[in-house]
Amino acid sequence: MPAMNIIQALNSAMDVLLERDPDVVVFGEDAGYFGGVFKATDKLQEKYGLDRVFDTPINEAAIAGMSVGMAAKGLKPIAEIQFSDYIFPAIDQIVSEMSRIRYRSAGQFTSGCVVRSPWGGGIRGGQTHSMSPEAFFTHVPGLQVVVPSNPYDAKGLLISALESGDPVIFFEPKRIYNGPFDGVPDTPLKSWAKHAKGEVPEGHYTVELGKAEVVREGEACTVIAYGTLVHVAQAAAEASGIDAEIIDLKTLVPYDVETIAKSVNKTGRVVVAQEAPRTSGFAAELAAQIQEECFYALEAPIFRLTGWDIPYPHAHEWAYFPTRDRFARAMKTVTEA
Amino acid sequence: MSNGQTRFHVPTPPYRPGDEPDFAHLDLQKAGEALRPDPAASWQETQDLATGLVGVLDHNHQAVGAWNPELSPEVLREGLSHMVLTRIYDERMLKLQRQGKMSFYMKSTGEEAVAVAAAMALKPTDMVFPSYRQQGILFARGRNIVDMMCHCISNSRDNLKGRQLPVHYTWAEGNFFTISGNLGTQFPQAAGYAMACAYKGEDQIAASWIGDGTTAEGDFHAGLTLASTYRAPVIFNVVNNQWAISSNQNIARGDAPTFAAKGLGYGLASIRADGNDFLAVYAATQWAAERARQGKGATLLELFTYRADAHSTSDDPTKYRPKTEFDRWPLGDPIERLKQHLIGKGEWDETRHAKLEEQMTALVVKSYKEAESHGTLHEGPLSPTESIFEDVYAKPDWRLRRQRQDLGV
Repeated sequence: MPAMNIIQALNSAMDVLLERDPDVVVFGEDAGYFGGVFKATDKLQEKYGLDRVFDTPINEAAIAGMSVGMAAKGLKPIAEIQFSDYIFPAIDQIVSEMSRIRYRSAGQFTSGCVVRSPWGGGIRGGQTHSMSPEAFFTHVPGLQVVVPSNPYDAKGLLISALESGDPVIFFEPKRIYNGPFDGVPDTPLKSWAKHAKGEVPEGHYTVELGKAEVVREGEACTVIAYGTLVHVAQAAAEASGIDAEIIDLKTLVPYDVETIAKSVNKTGRVVVAQEAPRTSGFAAELAAQIQEECFYALEAPIFRLTGWDIPYPHAHEWAYFPTRDRFARAMKTVTEA
Repeated sequence: MSNGQTRFHVPTPPYRPGDEPDFAHLDLQKAGEALRPDPAASWQETQDLATGLVGVLDHNHQAVGAWNPELSPEVLREGLSHMVLTRIYDERMLKLQRQGKMSFYMKSTGEEAVAVAAAMALKPTDMVFPSYRQQGILFARGRNIVDMMCHCISNSRDNLKGRQLPVHYTWAEGNFFTISGNLGTQFPQAAGYAMACAYKGEDQIAASWIGDGTTAEGDFHAGLTLASTYRAPVIFNVVNNQWAISSNQNIARGDAPTFAAKGLGYGLASIRADGNDFLAVYAATQWAAERARQGKGATLLELFTYRADAHSTSDDPTKYRPKTEFDRWPLGDPIERLKQHLIGKGEWDETRHAKLEEQMTALVVKSYKEAESHGTLHEGPLSPTESIFEDVYAKPDWRLRRQRQDLGV
């Protein structure tokens, strides 16, 4: 199997989908000829033609709205929003329309499509190139929300997302596009080639939506993370020597309650992590669910390791980001409580 | 410090309650005067059409000029019949709402032509993305009236399982897209749908309707931009009925000469037509549909009309406009005008018209009885309670399965 980074894996997923089904179309700002600002759609226009992989006007509402219209006609759109920070102009189309077409028409119309968007911080992106707006979407019935953490999952989940027939908001942690990140500021880039999940099959395969994965088994506490923080959590466990069990959530909606409960019932101690600001973040949902589900197994308060309730800062990025050291402190807090 | 010249300007309607409306200032182009370019014409050739007014029926109810679609008396009578049915249905549903049989209703009084004539000029296979005030399309496309009523009273036969407010119809079989309460969202969707038709190399086109007020939404711009960029085979209808609830159309239009004129800036063929003239609406739609099918792209049609009744059952228009406005409206009533046209041609008479109204009233009354036999919102039966958890996704996930259990259904 070839080694791929996340960008190459996503590119490969779209290649596979375009190849297999003439109803698949790929579009976004700069996604056509140029191949995307992160090169996720590189060479796809050349291979499949102008009408299957194309550039759009800079209008996120138009991108989402046309996806809904195309899906109603039976196409399977993969739309790109250049940065998840810029998904907000499309909110009305996503929340009021895309998510509800099947429901409000009682199944007469559907809006199966994937909205891909580079997501998360750790890249000196400042306020509008670092956001993690997943909680805006996990709160919307009718949407599925996915955040992969490695090349293998990125490809398998993207294929599953489009084939699910329901709309999927697919957030791509851009900090780890080119290699995993251990959460130590300014750490030199590591390659996906040396990572087990950097091995990506060329052809069609899927990674099931709604299934989490225990990426590190442990006894001391459970850490639930997604995206970049999966790697930071692993690095923190190694650095601190705390025997944490680490769960890569992968799908936020619907999240894998069984895998979470099984682990928490074993360890009794939990850290839920997100890059996004704390208040009303997705970690709050996980904490509430764990409290309901595993109350009698809990031996310490659930710890939410999150970004602060501030806009994402530029100069003080590492004071905001849940770094490896903050992770280690969080794990220490719950294990010693 | 003031320079003495800038003034914050807020448009106001020409008339408020108590005023005597007089629409002489509108200076509307007379029926028959507008030129009719070939549907394959460039958008530049529609510049006069965007600021003029395409009309066919003149003051004497004669069909005149290049836009006369030369419809047979049978087609005209069919159109008249759909419009009469639309109005009678609306009246009946309003009454039922007042009796508490349903929560809400919206009439389309005075705007029957913009829906019925357009639907008749399109193919039944063309996909329509309406707003909440084009129920005439459903009648023109032969939607079962009992089914429409069952939706409005949210009973056990409601094809939307009681999930939507009344008048938010959906009818996939009739190529009638699911109506949303969110204004303007259907424009980019219709563009996307039309792009998909073109992508598949099909003859099918899309048409969408919004009101004058909704042109102010960003999605109006998004839809027109998409249609312009990708030359989508779509017809965008702006039903300018002068009022967005209590706001006059000039709140959305500003100093633009017409809503149609806004289409020119996008390089789209743009036409303003008399929305109360069945033949003009038919002809303009036919022109735009032919243009779309020829691969020449989208058309923006402004249908100039007047919202004759309240915005909805939750609205009282006497609080913001004169009661007499519709009586003074220079473009009259679409039903009356088509009726007089047919009478003038010797193809209709008052006796036949009275009989048609009688038949339609009987049909609506009978249909409601049947609809009610399937339940009402207040007394049931409704769709099964557990159905609230269905269709959120193709298959309910664990959360929805658990929540259904929690509810005990």
